[in-house]
Amino acid sequence: MAQPAVAAPDLTARFPDLVTPDTRKGYSGYIVKPEGLLEFARALRDEYGYDYLSSLTGVDYLPEGQMEVVYHAYKITGGPPLVFKVQVPREDPVVPSVTSIWPGANFQEREAWDLLGIRFEGHPNLKRILLWEGFWGHPLRKDWREPYYEGEHKPFKNRTAGPHFWHEDHTPFGKNVDYPPGFDPYAWDPETADEVLYQSVIQRTRKPRQEELHSEQVVVNLGPQHPSTHGVFRMIATLDGETVVALEPVMGYLHRNHEKIGERNTWIMNIPYTDRLDYITAMSNNFGYVLAVEKLMGLEPPERAQYLRVIMAELTRVMNHLWAIGFLLNDLGAFFTPALYALEERELILDVFEAASGSRMMNNYMRFGGVVRDIPEDAWDMLVKLVTDRLPRKIDELDRFLTHNELVRSRCMGVGVLTPEQAIAFSTAGPVLRASGVPYDVRRAEPYGIYDRFDFDVAVRYHGDVYDRYLIRLDEARQSLRILQQAIRDIPERGAPLLAGKPQYQVRVPAGEAYGRVEGPKGELGFYVVSTGKTNPWRYHVRAPSFINLTALEAMSIGNKVADLVIILGSIDIVLGEVDR
Amino acid sequence: MKRPNGDELQKPGYEIPDELKGSVVVTTLNRLYNWGRRNSVWPMMFGLACCAIEMIATAASRYDLARFGMEVMRPSPRQSDVMIVSGTVTKRMAPLIVRLYNQMPMPKYVIAMGACASGGGPFKEGYNVVSGVDKLIPVDVYIPGCPPTPEALLFGLMKLQQKIEKQSFKEVYTKPDYIPEPVLGPDLMDPRDYPKIREYTQKKLQELQEQAAQAAQG
Amino acid sequence: MDGRGILNGLAVTIKHFIATYVDDFKRKNRYFTPEGVKYRSSPEVEGIFTIQYPEERRILHENFRYIPFLVYDEGEDGQRDIRCTACGICAKVCPAQTIWIVRAKDPETGRPLSKPAEFYIDTTLCMNCGLCAEFCPFDAIIMDHDYEIAVYSKDHMVFDLERLLKSASYYQRIRPTQYAEKAAEREAKAKAKAAKAARRGAKK
Repeated sequence: MAQPAVAAPDLTARFPDLVTPDTRKGYSGYIVKPEGLLEFARALRDEYGYDYLSSLTGVDYLPEGQMEVVYHAYKITGGPPLVFKVQVPREDPVVPSVTSIWPGANFQEREAWDLLGIRFEGHPNLKRILLWEGFWGHPLRKDWREPYYEGEHKPFKNRTAGPHFWHEDHTPFGKNVDYPPGFDPYAWDPETADEVLYQSVIQRTRKPRQEELHSEQVVVNLGPQHPSTHGVFRMIATLDGETVVALEPVMGYLHRNHEKIGERNTWIMNIPYTDRLDYITAMSNNFGYVLAVEKLMGLEPPERAQYLRVIMAELTRVMNHLWAIGFLLNDLGAFFTPALYALEERELILDVFEAASGSRMMNNYMRFGGVVRDIPEDAWDMLVKLVTDRLPRKIDELDRFLTHNELVRSRCMGVGVLTPEQAIAFSTAGPVLRASGVPYDVRRAEPYGIYDRFDFDVAVRYHGDVYDRYLIRLDEARQSLRILQQAIRDIPERGAPLLAGKPQYQVRVPAGEAYGRVEGPKGELGFYVVSTGKTNPWRYHVRAPSFINLTALEAMSIGNKVADLVIILGSIDIVLGEVDR
Repeated sequence: MKRPNGDELQKPGYEIPDELKGSVVVTTLNRLYNWGRRNSVWPMMFGLACCAIEMIATAASRYDLARFGMEVMRPSPRQSDVMIVSGTVTKRMAPLIVRLYNQMPMPKYVIAMGACASGGGPFKEGYNVVSGVDKLIPVDVYIPGCPPTPEALLFGLMKLQQKIEKQSFKEVYTKPDYIPEPVLGPDLMDPRDYPKIREYTQKKLQELQEQAAQAAQG
Repeated sequence: MDGRGILNGLAVTIKHFIATYVDDFKRKNRYFTPEGVKYRSSPEVEGIFTIQYPEERRILHENFRYIPFLVYDEGEDGQRDIRCTACGICAKVCPAQTIWIVRAKDPETGRPLSKPAEFYIDTTLCMNCGLCAEFCPFDAIIMDHDYEIAVYSKDHMVFDLERLLKSASYYQRIRPTQYAEKAAEREAKAKAKAAKAARRGAKK
């Protein structure tokens, strides 16, 4: 079902002094002057209907001496993005914050500040997010070098020149560390980083002390080592009695410098790295990345590869939702039985992945212009059996097992409510957005691959609470099975080509920018890549759905009891590899 | 019969001669004790990254960690015997890992699961990644793989069991050194390195100043 | 809110519990046999799901990949012909840059030979992605199936040439289809080359 073509509004006519079209080769959209950004953004949202800010990121154009902030705004009714950029000098990059217009920009602006050092004026809480307060430098700047620096881009020279060495032996401390000149460790207060966090939560909620009732608010810290935080995630909550009045998600405990490494890598090397973003849904991460690069290269994968991609992506969605449901129930206290049942089905799906790609989790299956190999015949038979018989049966069983359970209902209903307006404003995506009654699905809103051929419904629920976020995962898993059943019916015969062009290990990508997005199981997964025509990307940014969905965590949690925090977090379904990258 | 010396007897692997069977207590006690320890190694419920998912899969029904007496995953370090470091150790997480390790009771073991925990893995070059958890705490078993499949983890756990089996009382209950927690400064700092760090940064500053002076002259 | 939902759920768990015993009655040779393992990893499985490693092993698919290894062909008098020509493509494509190659030199002339003198794979970096094997033009580096490689010391995690070398017959055993395909490909290439040479010879 194709979207009616909507002509992009002519914004240069509306703001002749502020806006110029971006005319660089391979680029699109508008360049907005920083002083007019807020006016421009408000008009976009209120007059033109671009109410959903999908991605915000910075790019360091070192040779031009400029920092650029790139915005991708969408209409929640569907259609292509409106891209606009703000350029500021590199020495003192200051950009007005758009959090007042799109609150979903909150974490993304903090990330740009943390990694690139772009200051966002008017941001309510501009501090580091992935690194800790006090870290030396802004690492995504092109002139910032890590302690193990070997070269600007891979492949590194001494791999084919000499024997093996440990990187540690080349640094002064034998570790991956470096310190600024003149720094005195004895003068350093080790509590700085944490103190900043606690203060920001306390200040937000300080209220006058009630005289008659001696009650005080308590700050409670959860994580990062906590069995319910799905990894190394930390929350600092202020409680009034047992009610949450403020909450600060703290992340970065798994910040693995995905983007910095990604900019050193060649294009193809990034594919296995994307597996490790959201390590439960490696296939759809591959899909998003190759889509973005294919946009730049102008490649179109052959028919069978397209189908295989859809099959793998949808299997991943089923698997992820089973996993999410299992562990949401774990968080609810239904220890392990639902999770074990869900994992059993996951194992069977992983067997298919292993046969096709070679690895259970880190699939590395897709390539630019196709997929790496065909799915073997025995695995295909297994896949058909799974999709047509076993998985529908097992999802129904899970439904019977849990949905009407009185304990589940009473713990989940009405908890962690997110209204549709909030859901859009906070740029949430995926099941979180759709459980709040917004039927927005990238597969429909801006179909990619061959999704326009399939007949499926965009699952939507209207209460926006934990229970609906649970139900919508069941719905979506069923819809995915529908797509899968159509795909295995329509896929071209075995033996058809799987790759457009020849397999190449060092591709050159034409200069330009591209934003490829897919509807991952967690939500809209976007890859913003900038190429300068070389063998490695100039900028490689991941719009991680779990990360941005967390922007809404505080809004969901306020007013709920502290015991429900865990299930609210569980219902967002985060994976720390993607949150922290 | 060759007379064993005292040290040999202390080693649990020592085969007891027939004529002594029924009279030697210490060595058999050692064995009995190790047999018990080996079959109830409680891991800490502690997941860091991708490998944690495989660890969960190992505990789930297909691989079933319970067959090894390890199903009791304890969320608290105070109740656990082995810390399976499953994933990339970042600098930000490093102080907490050391703290958790310090909180574990003796005897304690550490398994570095996967490439990242062993030596930084594919993310080693990153600015926020510790090159292997052995830079922070002693490691008993390393499991290569990214991620190791559940079978590989089980094999690693069996290697750990073999190690436990060969230990004697003396080895097990030597009190370990308390490991000072690293501090998050401009970069990760080990408190034991403070003098070295100061020396290094002062030298760097001096070099910079000299360069600036030279530039001013030239 | 009358507890029927909970009872329904309990019925599901009881069904799961009983299924194992029903299956025990229905099937012979259920444990520790290849058929048993096969059944328990098929989509038909109901009831118990556990594959009891190490006594039973999951059937690994041919495409399964773990750490890479280098292939050598067994010569007739027992010498090992390493297929690797030290071209360095694997080192160039490796995302984690974990392959180190030192080219062999002719001891007399000092000119580089197309053989590796040293070859290291640092398994503390390797991400098992399989790109090296995918792009190797000589079918010389292959992803292994051996996952039982846990060690007590980190020094053993850097695999050198000796540790990496495995025979072509091992390769054929773990990956029969791929081996046959690549062998046929090589043969066709050799034939084409021979034909070309013959043509050229005929022209002259």
